[in-house]
Amino acid sequence: MLTRRIIVCLDVDGGRVVKGVQFAKLRDAGDPVELAAAHAAAGADEIVLLDITATHEKRATLLETVRRTARELMVPFTVGGGIRSVDDASAVFDAGADKVAINSAALADPTLITQIAAKFGSQAAVVAIDARASAERSHFEVKKTGGRDATGRDAVAWAREAQEAGAGEFLVTSMDRDGTQDGFDMELTRAIAAVAHIPVIASGGAGAINHFVKVFQPGGADAALAASIFHFGLIRMNDLKQHLRQEGIPVRWPC
Amino acid sequence: MIAIVDYRAGNLTSVKKALDRVGAESFVTSDPQALAGAAKIILPGVGHFAATEVLATSGMSRAIAEAIGREVPFLGICVGMQWLFETSEEAPATRGLGLFPGQCEHFPLEVKSPHVGWNDLTRERPSFLLAGVPQNSFVYFTHTYRAPVGPGSVAQCEYGGTFSAAVERDRVFGVQFHPEKSGEIGLKILRNFHEVPC
Repeated sequence: MLTRRIIVCLDVDGGRVVKGVQFAKLRDAGDPVELAAAHAAAGADEIVLLDITATHEKRATLLETVRRTARELMVPFTVGGGIRSVDDASAVFDAGADKVAINSAALADPTLITQIAAKFGSQAAVVAIDARASAERSHFEVKKTGGRDATGRDAVAWAREAQEAGAGEFLVTSMDRDGTQDGFDMELTRAIAAVAHIPVIASGGAGAINHFVKVFQPGGADAALAASIFHFGLIRMNDLKQHLRQEGIPVRWPC
Repeated sequence: MIAIVDYRAGNLTSVKKALDRVGAESFVTSDPQALAGAAKIILPGVGHFAATEVLATSGMSRAIAEAIGREVPFLGICVGMQWLFETSEEAPATRGLGLFPGQCEHFPLEVKSPHVGWNDLTRERPSFLLAGVPQNSFVYFTHTYRAPVGPGSVAQCEYGGTFSAAVERDRVFGVQFHPEKSGEIGLKILRNFHEVPC
């Protein structure tokens, strides 16, 4: 049976993981290469590396980080942040990524999704959607440039368009929940999952094991992504997967 | 040396890296003549079935078929496995090698596609490639078309019905999943391929 995936995210700036990290027994706690390998060894089903600065000068650093991280990983590896063209995507694939996550550039030009899917396959084209609930929570608005700027677009409408354009997966982040540890945004996840015929990765707000149970069962997510709780060791992958299994949610266990 | 066939549709870096990890020497080539000196051949691929068309036009198909005729061990991964079948709905005009019978088909519409993630293997009969791989081991899949279960199947997978997850006939092997992305189990499978006697 196809299992639900638990994905660990590394937010990287200039070659260093920037969200607080307290991983035991690591010589260099902020090194993405060591962290990625440690999470994979602990049972992470997939690793996502997001370049959160993505300034021009730092791209070379990013590619070197991707190259070194990919060398250590025997699980799927997605890279996102600052990918604006097929050439940017090619460079990241050449460095060893299996998938790219695109966001602002896809909003500006949805054919970028089609171009990447045509060249590398849909499975390699992850469309990241950062969304915030409207004031009355009647719908979800898409944000761009790392959640800073409004787009005036409805998240569900954008998801339909992106999957028509050739997206292979959605990475849906709730800007309202990100960093709060209050749980995933169930309404947002359900709204996207209801129209998606491709896998949906829920992100933003994970703080407890029960949050994962909910986002999979009523939420309809195919995968759930988190960063800090794993870096800080607030939730151990072992405990999380055992619990999910007890709840009847299929997971890759033992890894 | 294991030749990794480059046809501009593959995850060559990952495959090469994983082979390095199991101590198997390999080289990447798009030159059909280079296969003459290869001890083994791997055909990777995550692209479109039509991308295998370039194998025919470059003379690579024939070089692979000849190598298989000389009993050179061969492993096809993902689309590289599908290519061992006759045809695929994805590109009906493109012919596969036809070593295994049948056509690759799209997943039924009631399940999401692509089929992405870790799914388990149901082993069906003894297999050299899967030796030491426990029943229901998890491996990583990402594909939109699937190969039918048939006499060559050594493992099945379930997703909107069953399909061939691994096939084997003499020294010809195919896996629908990505051993290079499947953690320790994947490395075990690549090690088994490395250990197929030449």
